[in-house]
Amino acid sequence: MIRDAWLVLVKDLRLERRAKVGLAQVLPFAVLVLMLFAFALDPDRGVLERATPGLFWVAVLFSAVLTLQRSFGVEADDGVLEALRLSGMSPAGIYLGKVGALTLQLLVLECVLALGVAVFYGTVFRGIGLLVVIAVLATVGIAASGAVYGALAARLRSRDTLLPLLMLPLLAPVLISATRGFEIGLERQATEGWSWAALLGVFALAYLSLGTILFRPLLEDA
Amino acid sequence: MIGRFPALAGVDLDVEPGEIVLLRGPNGAGKTTLLRVCAGLVMVSSGEAVVLGHDLVARRAAVRRRVGLLGHETFLYDDLTVTENLDFWSRAAGATMADGRAALDRLGVATRLHDLPVQALSAGQRRRVSFAAMVCRRPELWLLDEPHAGLDAPGRDVIDELMRDAAAAGATVLFASHELDRAHEVATRTVTISGGVVDEGAP
Amino acid sequence: MTTVTPSPRPSEAPTGPRGTGSRGTKVLGGAALVGLALTIVYGLFISPPDAQLGETIRIIYMHVPTVVVAYVSFIITAVSSAMYLWKRTEFWDLLGSSAAEIGVVFFAVTIVDGALWGKITWGVFWRWEPRLTTSAVLLLMYIGYLAVRAIPADTRTRATRSAVIGLVAVVNVPIVHKAVDWWRGLHQGRTVLSTIDPEMGGTQLFAMYASLATGLVVFAWLLIHRFRTAYLTERAADVGLDDAIAQRQAEGAEK
Repeated sequence: MIRDAWLVLVKDLRLERRAKVGLAQVLPFAVLVLMLFAFALDPDRGVLERATPGLFWVAVLFSAVLTLQRSFGVEADDGVLEALRLSGMSPAGIYLGKVGALTLQLLVLECVLALGVAVFYGTVFRGIGLLVVIAVLATVGIAASGAVYGALAARLRSRDTLLPLLMLPLLAPVLISATRGFEIGLERQATEGWSWAALLGVFALAYLSLGTILFRPLLEDA
Repeated sequence: MIGRFPALAGVDLDVEPGEIVLLRGPNGAGKTTLLRVCAGLVMVSSGEAVVLGHDLVARRAAVRRRVGLLGHETFLYDDLTVTENLDFWSRAAGATMADGRAALDRLGVATRLHDLPVQALSAGQRRRVSFAAMVCRRPELWLLDEPHAGLDAPGRDVIDELMRDAAAAGATVLFASHELDRAHEVATRTVTISGGVVDEGAP
Repeated sequence: MTTVTPSPRPSEAPTGPRGTGSRGTKVLGGAALVGLALTIVYGLFISPPDAQLGETIRIIYMHVPTVVVAYVSFIITAVSSAMYLWKRTEFWDLLGSSAAEIGVVFFAVTIVDGALWGKITWGVFWRWEPRLTTSAVLLLMYIGYLAVRAIPADTRTRATRSAVIGLVAVVNVPIVHKAVDWWRGLHQGRTVLSTIDPEMGGTQLFAMYASLATGLVVFAWLLIHRFRTAYLTERAADVGLDDAIAQRQAEGAEK
């Protein structure tokens, strides 16, 4: 299973390296979202600064949906999904490989976005420890739950409209928790941040477990 | 069943190792579906299917590991290079990159093409790469959907040779083709499928 | 919902039930009507108004049953989803999807009557308080379930997809609750459910129980009917399938 996961992870990263969709399309899109928020919320009134954690995570969520669509979009062409079924690789392994690749891609995106936020919104990052933990846990949760829905929608032509509808309500608690966690991390509030991290951890763990079990029926029948 | 449409209704077929069986029939007769059923990709809704000694329903994973399918699709990642594709697909099946390279050579895929993304190749070359990806797994059952299609004359010779070698080595070859002249030369037996029903005939 | 209308063959007249009613559902239906009458009489008239909220407290006789039914249906969907993935029988698939549909309706009703109550009590239709916010998120998740169910596909594919969503959604329910409670809990104003006074007695309590019981009975009634409708739809499609198989074999014999 680990071997299969590794194979799929490397394959996905190689695909990204070749086609550069994440770099050339999703990343600019994410930065664009940040700029759109600036246009909409008027930088002079202090709203942007206060809303920064939320806007950051909203941009991440939108980008995550795009990345997810791409991740399963490549599997939808040329009968590759059937070939994966035939290959004899363990579905759980394929799932974990996909989750791993998604997580890595999203983490890179978040780093660049963090830079963007520092530049555009003038954010100063303190409390790095909490921020990193929150970001990692949230990202794993997004990838783990996203890969399940991605697989579900893989063979569908309506994938592009369906995935946002499925993903975004599901990720509501991630958005809430990650934003609150970031607010605390950036020392905007005095309350405890680690409970939010714990909730994100529960989410990530729950969906990793569920995804590992559900991937086989999804691969075969969805 | 494909959706609620019965693609095959009444198939009764026995094939022995070492045979090269030609499936012929008009378009829409169900040849592709039969191949995919044998690969364990499509479920039978009724009846029995035993492939390579394993029941298709109960031991699907075991069947799939021993089977190689060449379909209409390429089963390759367009954006990845030939080498990257073979690297992934060979290792996914438990083979090695060396097996993959040997298969590419056998199929006549020029080395200069190896580092090109698959989508940059011509249709015929892509076919050869798909074939190589199948061959390097050393399947015991070869399921080929129109193996000669899209290939030039030398390519077709290579395919015939591969099929004969495989059968000689004890594998079973089941292939669907519309190119009956060529197909008859290679096949040891012919089976006609029409309207989803199998109709055996002498070669 | 896909329906296949088979072409009737002269030798086989359509058989089967004429409708989805039965003695069981008639009993349930009768009980529901009685319960409804009791709830209305006690809830709207006999039970006293709340000390602080006045007449508006009466919303709980509708709000509580609908939200309870909604959660019950989603639990049924979740269990059915798991059972389907294990047993792969049509029963679990149809049960889960029927329950999900009813759940969505009841959830929507809950939100609407909560909003109406809010308009009267707070002056606004919506406040980002935990109950409403959580409900909105859950409702959207289950609308996704229905959206996926509506995609044309063969039975097994559709059932698998639905089952996966059923499970994924239910796992998120407690997480959403926790997240929203922690987030908006500090800003809690009076909500509909917080007004349920544990010292409620007499007619108020009776009205509460009556409304809950009625809600569950109505739910059972709806579920049975919806399940049977779904079942009959599948059978109708199967008849179409037998015809198709016969046609296919005839095609083969001709050549």
